[in-house]
Amino acid sequence: MNATPDNSLQNSCNCDDAYTLGPLQVGPPCCDPQPVIQVENLSLQYGGKTALEKVTLDIYRGCITALIGPSGCGKTSFLSAINRLIDLIPTCQISGHIRVDGEDIYDPGTNVQALRRKIGMVFQKPTPFPLSIRRNITLPLREHGITQRHKVEAIIEQVLRDVGLWDEVCDRLDTAALSLSGGQQQRLCIARALALNPEILLMDEPCSALDPIASGVVEDLISRLSGRYTIVIVTHNLAQARRIANYAAFFWIKERAGQLVEFGHCRHIFESPTHELTAAYVNGSRG
Amino acid sequence: MLIDTLTRWLLRAGAIVSALVMLLILAFLLIESWPVLDQITPTRFFTDTSWHPMEGAYNLMPMLSGTLLASVGALLLAIPLGIASALFIVFYAPIYFALPYKRLIELLAGIPSVVFGFWGLTTLVPLINQLHPPGASLLAAILVLTLMILPTITLTAYAALNAVPKEYLHGAAALGLSRWGMIYGVVFPAARSGIVAGIILAAGRAIGETMAVLMVAGNVVQHPEGLFDPIRTLAANIALEMAYAMGDHRAVLFVSGLLLMLLVMLLSAMAGKMENNQYA
Repeated sequence: MNATPDNSLQNSCNCDDAYTLGPLQVGPPCCDPQPVIQVENLSLQYGGKTALEKVTLDIYRGCITALIGPSGCGKTSFLSAINRLIDLIPTCQISGHIRVDGEDIYDPGTNVQALRRKIGMVFQKPTPFPLSIRRNITLPLREHGITQRHKVEAIIEQVLRDVGLWDEVCDRLDTAALSLSGGQQQRLCIARALALNPEILLMDEPCSALDPIASGVVEDLISRLSGRYTIVIVTHNLAQARRIANYAAFFWIKERAGQLVEFGHCRHIFESPTHELTAAYVNGSRG
Repeated sequence: MLIDTLTRWLLRAGAIVSALVMLLILAFLLIESWPVLDQITPTRFFTDTSWHPMEGAYNLMPMLSGTLLASVGALLLAIPLGIASALFIVFYAPIYFALPYKRLIELLAGIPSVVFGFWGLTTLVPLINQLHPPGASLLAAILVLTLMILPTITLTAYAALNAVPKEYLHGAAALGLSRWGMIYGVVFPAARSGIVAGIILAAGRAIGETMAVLMVAGNVVQHPEGLFDPIRTLAANIALEMAYAMGDHRAVLFVSGLLLMLLVMLLSAMAGKMENNQYA
């Protein structure tokens, strides 16, 4: 099991193709990886049934890390463990450690609301609330104490511009969010997450419920967001992972439990994987 | 093919019969109350000096106010209680407690109204009497009605809250919303139409409830001046006087039946308006 990035590859990393450095970029470049999420021996059980076993993995600041692997190998569970959304499943038991910015998030003293503010999440199915477009963004802002009108308005415009939705909806912010198209809804959900100014974005197959064109738009958006945000994305679309990710983690099911097989630079995983399962999966001969 | 045709006609027949029953009842009420509606101006139901049907004084206002006060009072108590119970079952109670609790509420819904009346008469009215005689009063009617409509509101609100897609809850949690923030900001807007429908249903039941109210309300025809004054509702009035009413008196009772129906129709019209969530 190779759970740390291959050093030789890391040193030869070409910054140009690592990620898009927009003017918004604040994180360190990927060639100088700095872990922001450190997962150590993470195991997950649902009512006694193991979903994920002993995963150890570092997620690097400012990079896009793609989680790939067949269905049921625990990728989504892994993702929802990072923002403790897994707490909503009463039968779930967790062991091991996840550190975000050095702090163990499963520490009893953790402020879960603050944690989830820092770690935004986008789901497979676009889930705008049955409210107006504006209220979809102001609701989480209000919850976190941002209520000054000019500030809220500025954030709304900012995040909608960030996701390229502003020109499409600026004249109908008070209409139903559910009247938007699927791709627009998903971009609104991303905007909603961005409004809280998170450090990390978790994305659970954000494009799989969208048509190819909308999917392309969202994919471009994700690439543009890298650098400014640390992104962990689950995807079944290997081509997509290859296009946008800096790092990739390959999960597989062994003895009915999901395990991390290989982690490393995206190019390394796709072009010269060390593990034969990885090779078989990315070449399409298994999975 | 044959099955489809058959099903279509069976369903049509069912729909037509239901609609027809409703229309026939309306027609029946109109025909029976026609002798009075034809002779006297309808404003007399509101302006006559009193309710003395034998002497030709037909003021329905005290009964109307009694009905409305009892129903509104019961709704004011039952709506917060019912919604709170439903929220408790869906979002706060541990599962081993929530299910038995819900069964209990379902049981409450199944108690016949006369049993509520009986309990009110033997327990509630004496209690209120100790507080402030005579006991049989607007307050007693409100409390009994509250108990009767509480399960309706709770169970419909429960169904509406439970039907809110899990994606909304996860989405709200992922944005760092507190449980109350999620309930107030996302769950209520999503469940609103269902909750409102339940309230309207409960209001209809409160307005039309006859037996239990008749047993505890005291049935004095008057505008109550306080919670402890006896009242008579429209429905109770019909039940009390139908047995001996003749001629115009009988027809006026049908008018009060019409009035009740009008109230319920108004309610459902309101429900139709409020159910339209502009964002859903």
